[in-house]
Amino acid sequence: MAASSPLHRHLLLLLLVAVASACLGAAAAHQAGSGEGYTIAGRIKIDGISAKSFGLPAKTSNTKVILNGGQRVTFARPDGYFAFHNVPAGTHLIEVSSIGYFFSPVRVDISARNPGYIQAALTETRRVLNELVLEPLKEEHYYEVREPFSIMSLLKSPMGLMVGFMVLMVFVMPKMMENIDPEEMKQAQEQMRNNPVSFSGLLSRAQG
Amino acid sequence: MAAPPRCSLLILLAGLLVVASLSTLAAAIYEDQVGLADWHQKYIGKVKQAVYHSQKSGRRRVVVLTEENVISSLDLRSGDIFWRHVIDKNDPLDQLSLSLGKYVLSLSSGGTILRAWNLPDGQMIWETKLQTFTSSNPQLHVLSNNKVAKDNLVLVSAGRWMYAVSSIDGSISWEKEFSLDGLEIKQVLQSPENDIVYAIGIAGSSKLALYHLSAKTGEILKDIQESLPGGLCGETVLGSDNLLVALNKARSSLFLIDFKGDRISYNKVHISDLVQDLSGTFKLQTVSNGVIALRTSSTISLLKLKGTDGLEVVQRFDQPAAVSDALTISEKDDAFAVMQHVGSQIEFIVKFTNDVSSEIIREKVNIDQHRGNVEKVFLNSYIRTDKSHGFRALVVMEDHSLLLIQQGEVVWSREDGLASIVDVTTSELPVEKDGVSVADVEHNLFEWLKGHMLKLKGTLMLANADEVAAIQALRLKSSEKNKMTRDHNGFRKLLIVLTKAGKVMALHTGDGRIIWSNLLPSFRGSRFGGMPSALRIYQWQVPHHSIMRENPSVLVVGKSGAESSAPGVFSILDSYSGEELNSMRLDHSVVQIIPLMLKDLSEQRLHLIVDSNSNAHLYPKSPDSLNVFLHEMSNLYFYSVDIQTNVIRGYSLHKSCDLIGDEYCFSMKELWSIIFPSDSERIATTETRKMNEVVHTQAKIIGDHDVMYKYLSKNLVFVATVSPKAAGNIGSALPEEASLVAYLIDAVTGRILHRVTHHGAQGPVHAVLSENWVVYHYFNLRAHRFEMAVIEIYDQSRADNKDVMKLIVGKHNLSAPITSFSRPEVAVKSQSYFFAHSVKAMSVTQTAKGITSKQLLIGTIGDQVLALDKRYLDPRRSANPTQQEKEEGIIPLTDSLPIIPQSFVTHSHQVEALQGIVSIPAKLESTTLVFTYGVDLFYTQLAPSRTYDSLTDEFSYALLLITIVVLVAAIIFTWIWSEKKELRDKWR
Repeated sequence: MAASSPLHRHLLLLLLVAVASACLGAAAAHQAGSGEGYTIAGRIKIDGISAKSFGLPAKTSNTKVILNGGQRVTFARPDGYFAFHNVPAGTHLIEVSSIGYFFSPVRVDISARNPGYIQAALTETRRVLNELVLEPLKEEHYYEVREPFSIMSLLKSPMGLMVGFMVLMVFVMPKMMENIDPEEMKQAQEQMRNNPVSFSGLLSRAQG
Repeated sequence: MAAPPRCSLLILLAGLLVVASLSTLAAAIYEDQVGLADWHQKYIGKVKQAVYHSQKSGRRRVVVLTEENVISSLDLRSGDIFWRHVIDKNDPLDQLSLSLGKYVLSLSSGGTILRAWNLPDGQMIWETKLQTFTSSNPQLHVLSNNKVAKDNLVLVSAGRWMYAVSSIDGSISWEKEFSLDGLEIKQVLQSPENDIVYAIGIAGSSKLALYHLSAKTGEILKDIQESLPGGLCGETVLGSDNLLVALNKARSSLFLIDFKGDRISYNKVHISDLVQDLSGTFKLQTVSNGVIALRTSSTISLLKLKGTDGLEVVQRFDQPAAVSDALTISEKDDAFAVMQHVGSQIEFIVKFTNDVSSEIIREKVNIDQHRGNVEKVFLNSYIRTDKSHGFRALVVMEDHSLLLIQQGEVVWSREDGLASIVDVTTSELPVEKDGVSVADVEHNLFEWLKGHMLKLKGTLMLANADEVAAIQALRLKSSEKNKMTRDHNGFRKLLIVLTKAGKVMALHTGDGRIIWSNLLPSFRGSRFGGMPSALRIYQWQVPHHSIMRENPSVLVVGKSGAESSAPGVFSILDSYSGEELNSMRLDHSVVQIIPLMLKDLSEQRLHLIVDSNSNAHLYPKSPDSLNVFLHEMSNLYFYSVDIQTNVIRGYSLHKSCDLIGDEYCFSMKELWSIIFPSDSERIATTETRKMNEVVHTQAKIIGDHDVMYKYLSKNLVFVATVSPKAAGNIGSALPEEASLVAYLIDAVTGRILHRVTHHGAQGPVHAVLSENWVVYHYFNLRAHRFEMAVIEIYDQSRADNKDVMKLIVGKHNLSAPITSFSRPEVAVKSQSYFFAHSVKAMSVTQTAKGITSKQLLIGTIGDQVLALDKRYLDPRRSANPTQQEKEEGIIPLTDSLPIIPQSFVTHSHQVEALQGIVSIPAKLESTTLVFTYGVDLFYTQLAPSRTYDSLTDEFSYALLLITIVVLVAAIIFTWIWSEKKELRDKWR
């Protein structure tokens, strides 16, 4: 939905790659092998926070950006920007955790051969991103929406069915009786006379 | 002839049921049901640093940094959380400070990441990465009212690096790398004129270096170095504005170093001259203005500096006690607080630094005995109405709780020990006593009816806003769920949690309130010297209430030290009151704890403790339990996993161990071992079935009336190994060099029942094993997505039992004993699916009888818990299921697992730093109780197949009543009508 629309109203800072200055080689020595790291910078964009997301905190102050399943976690600034520094070349995964929204994880390839070349793609939809602007695929509503009151739903409930059936018996059954063949009716009435059963009799017998 | 149509009718009915239940796979709740059956509690953890925000008006705040890596702003009036951020464990927080009165600065990852947070709402303003060595002790110093630059500079020093960062936007204004090798900056301070920054560092073991830097540019104005005889151990404190106190290498004397002059002058003072009973370790703490505190194991001494000439002891307090940092009251006065224990109370003493012997305040405060000793004090002052200074203090206790003390009273307290739960068990509540008053019920009848009328209005959407609120309040208030007695459905229980501090707390499942708490004396550091750690909590005695009128009890097992050979500690507590019934120090270590399914005559559960010498010890030590155990010993097998050496070993037990005369000690005999080749495989995770899991059916009837027998063995072990290169994080390995191997192993014989390799896959692996299936989560490097795989294992040896002829002839093996030693013929089905999220924890729902279908409880990276129906993880799913399979309820195959927002059991809450998910069966078969813990706690009730065995809270009794009334009215009406008609007939 939102992911497929290529419209970005603002032109945003693109994926930015900076090679860490070489004089900090000692600092980067913690990293496996390579003496330089890259910076992954991007932006999180959440549109229309207020209107639809009922019951959710409208604040996005707790939006976390997670690199490689928890290796590093950072927070988005108020304007949505985030950055990971000193990331080695390779293929990485960025996840966004923000309550109320579903973000697709993003695959980020940092090329070792041509420094500065970074590719990003959503893993859920396989859409390639030209710029690292992460938008939620959809909003998440955690609550079931109450259906408005309707006669139908009332009638569909077991109690409604019970009442309905009774009404049917009271009003429709006599009509059906009328349609019965008079011969058969007579026979039945004869039987009834021999063995008189009336509704009131039934009830009074039950009481007695 | 009659049978087939009936059969098909049944199947049709079943199919209808399945279709009906499929449409409701997501067991979601309505928004107005929040808080009915669930509760959520927020914690922060043990506070290690607190900074007060001195605001003249508005709400008073304190910003704290905790050991659970949380940075939080608290309301000083109530202790409520304004905002809170849980920082990842890989990014440990070091320092905290305030700047410009509106930013909170946090330094983390050994001085490499500096972040600024907005004080009112906690939004991150900026983040700056500093290129330094990660240092164990980075410093953060905010330059005060800087006239040099327009904004406040923040100085960060780590190792031999020093950065000045603008606190407005986080840009680095200057940086400095000092040339001295091995230098570590220990102290940073400002000249009174604010234009010079002094940086004092120690290089190597004896060299002291002092730099005078320009605050504006970072230029070194002066550079003084001095070697101190005897060397330094690295511990320094700032005595006053121009005096540094450093400990020498032998930790026997103090150097008093004056650094304000042109050269460093120093004087040496022996500690033994100051403090006589110097035993063990001691620590220095700076107070301010020439006062320092020296902490030994038995006392705290306040020392007053007399220039460089020497020190004198002003006052001495017996431990346990705590001293706060100094708080500037006026231009010349600094105040500090001392807390000490006096009997059962604690004493709060406030002093001024320039007259240490006199006291401003001495107040006695009553404090709960289960909080232990005072560990930290943070002093704060306020202006009273008569313009004098009042003092209050935040106190961190031994059980990690946080208290605010003011005017001799505890204003509020936070139980932040609950942020670090180690283990959880449950206990039933006491049975309700006979003789419930009927008057009570009658009194409530009217209320009850009124409530239901309101509810009816709610369901009919006729209620106005006030009534909706009334309904909500009524539901929340319904005292039924908070009673202290056992209920019919088994929803009310005690969750007994063990925290890192060694405190055991019982929480009521109704509303999460603390019923009792006990800081176990046997796990307190002061008692046995070494720092004990509590490990696990188990049910010890669960008496059947109809037989024994005894309270149940729980067992806490711990170690008395950090090393693996440290002796174990046992503590047994009453589950209803929390009293410690018994505690003992074991004479052996604790490596593995095996709770057995056996009970002795007094209904105590048997436990085996394996020590580091490969002996197993039986508890409780009673002849009766020994009898029970010896009877079952030959059937007892267990295994151990050694991740270091990549080996899994299986054992049985033998009578008599090397300890002669101890009949409760058994020796272990190694039966089998599986050694994984460490150059290609590393054990990533192992998983086994829960001991208390109940399985209802052994067989599964599939669509074509065929029967598949589940391979149900308590000894099934799932092991996942990853290739060594793939053992690291995502992004560190290429798909070609990564592989994951999943094993199903029988723990009795060590036989590998199934083995499957996932090429191009890597950890972290999370697995859950239940019944005859295992589900595991891993990362697929080729697709670059997370995957979840399921393996189901079926017993083929019993498959031929279906043959009726064989049954008649007696060739079936139904009566043949099932033993793990016979070679099992198993069939395995497996399938894998994509899953969108990283996983932090995984669990499965448990119900009382195991009839209800299962749901996986997945703790996602966003700290939410997702309930995923097991039917989505069924290896028999196919893209085009046949009609029969559809009727059976098999969902058509999709490549990824659905994430339905309504099936998040935590709904709009997050359980920050999620650690574990526990599912506890209720007595009602349809329902399971789910408790999730991390820094936060979350509890809810879950019905994986909906509440088919009880009416929900939603059920409208009023509607039922109306229906009955209508029916009765109709009957009466018909009766009268019928009687009239009869009368008319008779007249005719």
